[in-house]
Amino acid sequence: MTKGLDTPGTPHDTAPGLSALDRPNSYIGRSVPRPNIARLTQGRGEYVSDLVLPRMLHVVYVRSPYAHARIRAIDTMAAKAAPGVAAVVTGAELAKVCTPWVGVLSHLAGLKSAPQHALAVDRACWQGEALVAVLARSRALAEDAAELVEIDYEPLPVVADMFAALEPGSPVIHPDLGDNLAFERRLSAGDPDGAFATADHIVEADFGFGRHTGVTLEPRAMVADYQPGTGRLTAYLGTQAPHMMQNILALHLGLEEAQVRVVCKDVGGSFGIKVHVYADEMATAALSKHLKRPVKFVADRLESFVSDIHARDHQVKGRIGVMADGTITAFEIDDVTGIGPYSVYPRTSAVEANQVVNLTGGPYTCPNYRARARVVFQNKTPTSQYRAVGHPIATAVTEGLVDLAARRIGMDPVEIRRKNLVRDDAYPCASASGLKFEALSHHAALDKLLGMMDYAALRRDQAEARARGIYRGIGFASFIEITNPGAAFYGVGGARISSQDGAAVKMDATGAITCQISVTEQGQGTEAVIAQVVATALGVPLERVRVITGDTDNTPYGGGTWASRAAGIGGEAAWQAGKALKANILTVAGAILQADPATLDVQGGTVVDALDARERMSLAELGRIVYFRPDTLPTGFQAEMMAVRHYVPRQYPFAFTNGVQASYLEVEHGFVRLLKHWVVEDCGTILNPQLVDEQVRGGVVQGLGGALYEHCVYDGDGQMLNASMADYLVPMAGEMPDIAVAHVVSPTSDSELGAKGAGEAGTAGAPAAVMNAINDALSPLGVTLTAMPFSPDRILSALKRAAPTAA
Amino acid sequence: MTGTLPPAREHLTLRLVVNGAAVEEEVEARRSLADFLRETLGLTGTHLGCEHGVCGACTVRLDGAIVRACLILAAQCEGAQVETIEGLSDSGEIADLQQAFHHRNALQCGFCTPGMLMAAAELLADGGVPERDAIREHLSGNYCRCTGYHAIIDAVESTAKARADQARAEAGA
Repeated sequence: MTKGLDTPGTPHDTAPGLSALDRPNSYIGRSVPRPNIARLTQGRGEYVSDLVLPRMLHVVYVRSPYAHARIRAIDTMAAKAAPGVAAVVTGAELAKVCTPWVGVLSHLAGLKSAPQHALAVDRACWQGEALVAVLARSRALAEDAAELVEIDYEPLPVVADMFAALEPGSPVIHPDLGDNLAFERRLSAGDPDGAFATADHIVEADFGFGRHTGVTLEPRAMVADYQPGTGRLTAYLGTQAPHMMQNILALHLGLEEAQVRVVCKDVGGSFGIKVHVYADEMATAALSKHLKRPVKFVADRLESFVSDIHARDHQVKGRIGVMADGTITAFEIDDVTGIGPYSVYPRTSAVEANQVVNLTGGPYTCPNYRARARVVFQNKTPTSQYRAVGHPIATAVTEGLVDLAARRIGMDPVEIRRKNLVRDDAYPCASASGLKFEALSHHAALDKLLGMMDYAALRRDQAEARARGIYRGIGFASFIEITNPGAAFYGVGGARISSQDGAAVKMDATGAITCQISVTEQGQGTEAVIAQVVATALGVPLERVRVITGDTDNTPYGGGTWASRAAGIGGEAAWQAGKALKANILTVAGAILQADPATLDVQGGTVVDALDARERMSLAELGRIVYFRPDTLPTGFQAEMMAVRHYVPRQYPFAFTNGVQASYLEVEHGFVRLLKHWVVEDCGTILNPQLVDEQVRGGVVQGLGGALYEHCVYDGDGQMLNASMADYLVPMAGEMPDIAVAHVVSPTSDSELGAKGAGEAGTAGAPAAVMNAINDALSPLGVTLTAMPFSPDRILSALKRAAPTAA
Repeated sequence: MTGTLPPAREHLTLRLVVNGAAVEEEVEARRSLADFLRETLGLTGTHLGCEHGVCGACTVRLDGAIVRACLILAAQCEGAQVETIEGLSDSGEIADLQQAFHHRNALQCGFCTPGMLMAAAELLADGGVPERDAIREHLSGNYCRCTGYHAIIDAVESTAKARADQARAEAGA
């Protein structure tokens, strides 16, 4: 018998070539609103900064005003005597409670770092490093007392500039390490020398990427509650990786992992900022254990700027070889990045540079590639992984070079991309750096983008504007994005960070469904897509599914949400668990109804005949029998109303996605006015189109921030000069354009759902598109800008250099 | 020396109306309105993102106008009417706007959302359907790090249109 959608009597069956995802009652691919956010619109969230516990103390940290200084003496007498103060604790005292750590991973061969303490013991290595903890019954009283702590500093030579740090005569921040070079990687593929020697043109440029930081609107916050009665520590923490934190808190506080519970409710923004181990958070937990009382730490914005991880801060020399017909023959990069005085624990500070080496040239067929990356210690705030780690840098260098090459040979930027992007029918294949691609769609994405933006019309508008003395530019950026990482990111390097995630789906006696899952929610909509997946797998209405995340006591073990992995990895675990529970439900229903389970289905929350969707029994009735009248079930039959499944991608180390962005903008008086931005990206199966689009848009704007405004400005003494919300500029609504988003869909066959990640695609490509658009706008004036952020002073200075008399 | 000045009062008794209810509390003279709302009254929907008046997360209504609660001392609010996101939610005044934010996914982490809604409600109260640029301009004092703003502008615009349609329908009826 031929089965098909038109076969009478099988309205809900699947046709050949269709999967269970295509069921008519599927929530997969539908833009359902997030079920759990109405409360956030009412001011009824539960952020860590809102939490109050009985006997709770507030901790304020005294931080080093020097970028590098020896601590000669600390006088805490006056602070201890101040009103409301419960304790004042120095680094030496806290070192007895919390052991130090070293942020290295074994697969980043040669990476070195120095031991870092929760509070610095005898030396401060950056402006903002926490030195002394002051605990009082209110935050205000703790701040008052903190001003009374007297520290005698001996200023030490400051290593601020990353290039100076590499000079032979430079002071060495950690003398035991020998020099300031934390990590170096070299890569050579194909025949770069031969390719450059035979290229018709070689184009070179120096690219700069300023330091910026995440500025999560809720600063980092923690309430640590050590209960001496149970010997357990509960850490309420805005984190992206609860089980990682459970492991690390236990390891350094002398506890078993089972003695630590990490709870993560609402998180006011993360973007990678909240996936790291922070010394002041370790100190907060250690202080709770030490004082046997709950301790609350909420960073204020001024200390966030010098204690949240920074990111980027790369200087890249780039070179491209191109033939007269537009064929790209070679890429070469030399990247130097300054990471502060310590490699951040446990994910390290070498991953961004490593990614730059991996990703540069990635969208293109060019087989000849040479790269070097050097990762350098300096006396500034530590840097580590922030949204789209390495991608904005690799993409801007690659796409900047491609545009410069096109300009050199007089080719349209679209044509040079068409000529060199990996063909859509060439997969599976690998990049020159060795990245394995399962299925990408660069050409389909570019075609779609050109249609959306009406490229020809935009070029006409640009020419018309230019005739009126208005400088408008169009910029493109093709990119690849690493998502759904397996063990290759951290596990193989020895970090106890799970690459596998788990879902436990259960049905209660009313037929309501709960899914406990190890991936976490920080606003992306994780809970929503998990609920959609579970509801679809089970055949129940979405509102019957509740999702529980962010609690190491109450979810399966797993990695959490970072590297665009929640939907692709957590979603597949939930899908498999949902299918397993459905099979269990049908087995029970078969026993009750004396029917073959294969003839039954669950649709709309009801057990039905698979053939004609005739209602047989409600899930509530099934639950009533299972839980209250199991005596009526066949002898020896045991109903299982909970199913647990785990998932980790195994065929590919990463599920690569791809996309292309375009920017249209105007440059006037040094200011860049963004007129419109377009994105086409391919994240495989789209679970919730609206959520994917909003991830892309949010990511684009963070990328635009780095390209145009955001910059941690330091002086030669290692002092951050703009460490306030008034001085550090983040994108505002009035400066941002509307962002059009569309998709090409190339599912991964590594999972049944086929979903890849989408959280970082926007950030990966936006800076490159803007840079290319600015240079397109200013090309008639002979100006090329390659140092981000493209601030008005930089643009005006470049224009002045190009035309000194006109300026 | 300032020996001729009277000693500063460290505490005072504050009487004001918060979300329609009379409140009388002993407060420190230096306590900000934001800390007073969050810590003294437990109204944690007013968020603190910067505590120096830039990010807009602590936006509340003071005698009908929106202010930064982190830049106002509680002591300045003697006899005032203060409205927070909890009050606006319970009264139903912005239920349509909240639903538009929810359905359009105009919030992700939700931390900026109470302040953003306060600011948007003020613009909508002026009536009419503002241009997208005008919405963007009005909300530029409220930072959002998650959404990229596009969805927020959509939600405010759609609410303005729906209210204008309703006003027209009522006028025509």
